[in-house]
Amino acid sequence: MARITASVYTSHVPAIGAAIDLGKTGEPYWQPVFKGYEFSKQWIRQNRPDVIFLVYNDHATAFSLDMIPTFAIGTAAEFIPADEGFGPRPVPKVIGHPELASHIAHSVIQQDFDLTIVNKMEVDHGLTVPLSLMFGEPLAWPCKVIPFAVNVVQYPVPSGQRCFNLGQAIRKAVASYDDDLNVQIWGTGGMSHQLQGPRAGLINREWDNAWLDQLITDPAAAARVPHIDYVREAGSEGVELVMWLIARGAMADVAGGKSPRVAHRFYHVPASNTAVGHLILEDQ
Amino acid sequence: MGLDKPYKDIPGTIIFDAEQSRKGYHLNQFCMSLMKAENRERFKADQRAYLDQWPMTEEQKQAVLDMDLNRAMALGGNIYFLAKIGATHGKSFQQMAGSMTGMNEDEYRAMMIRGGRSIEGNRRIGEDGDAQARHQPQGQAGRKAS
Repeated sequence: MARITASVYTSHVPAIGAAIDLGKTGEPYWQPVFKGYEFSKQWIRQNRPDVIFLVYNDHATAFSLDMIPTFAIGTAAEFIPADEGFGPRPVPKVIGHPELASHIAHSVIQQDFDLTIVNKMEVDHGLTVPLSLMFGEPLAWPCKVIPFAVNVVQYPVPSGQRCFNLGQAIRKAVASYDDDLNVQIWGTGGMSHQLQGPRAGLINREWDNAWLDQLITDPAAAARVPHIDYVREAGSEGVELVMWLIARGAMADVAGGKSPRVAHRFYHVPASNTAVGHLILEDQ
Repeated sequence: MGLDKPYKDIPGTIIFDAEQSRKGYHLNQFCMSLMKAENRERFKADQRAYLDQWPMTEEQKQAVLDMDLNRAMALGGNIYFLAKIGATHGKSFQQMAGSMTGMNEDEYRAMMIRGGRSIEGNRRIGEDGDAQARHQPQGQAGRKAS
């Protein structure tokens, strides 16, 4: 039987991808960011999943304003890194797991979540930067990835509560898959940042860390935080954090099991315009 | 209108909701076209002619020509779409975000290194933070203006 064993949470700032691709990770500006992921690279070597269910948002890449799915699951065999306006990132193509992805889609739709099934999709920095942060620069990604894109671009975006409930449905879906697979679920985006208007550059360290505390110890309460609190306190793009609740909802304690172990926690300001947050939670 | 839009009282912020999206459809789709290298070249060769192929309003076209991102957002642009214009001109996300504050590149970068813009006074319109309308533009541009 397939099982979710751990969840990983990280910001997915495009400038981090550029720093990796241009060989700038040793520069004083970037060093503290990448230092926060040294443990994570070791951890994932020791805890390598067969499949990553990777929750991220598309940044006007695969989805223009022609179609705006709230939840889109990638069921393709592979996904090509997109040209976001300055050429594609020089990273390996992403290999999917169409069988498990289709299984999850079937199960989760039957649990009343209306997913959009996507058989052809390019992936942007939202998906590839987390992979680079955790795996470095391999010639091929060492495991399969199911991309799961959430609309956080056009309002209203899904609520934290709905994301949290969806995570629970995904856990059930994975557990009902017959093959013996080690699955990790990753939630990406955030933390506080605002990329627009005279309020651009907003960072709220205190709010971010209080939210992280709550996400770890009382995720049901974190799920009740309304959109307006994210936008007001963590910036217009800080609302990406609702995606972390999908991963958190898929952990064992939410289904009545033990609380997860915090394997790693990291927070740093700034990476470009953004507060970088990172967590690794292991099911016990 | 009966829709719930509690975010209207946040200073210096435009939330890209269904109403903005409707206004900005063609502007944002023009931005999407810049994901192809050959279109970026055509746009850079003659911006006006390229824009005239799109059913955008004259105001929207002018905002693009001026690289006035605040104006483009007010007219229905979304920052993730508009970022593709910036990328075409070789600008980073930080340069683009900074351009909306009135600060120059060094000022904005220094603010981020100091820990970013403070939330204090910037939660609601009418407080006294640096993102409030009466404190615009910020930085060097603001000092020049006054």
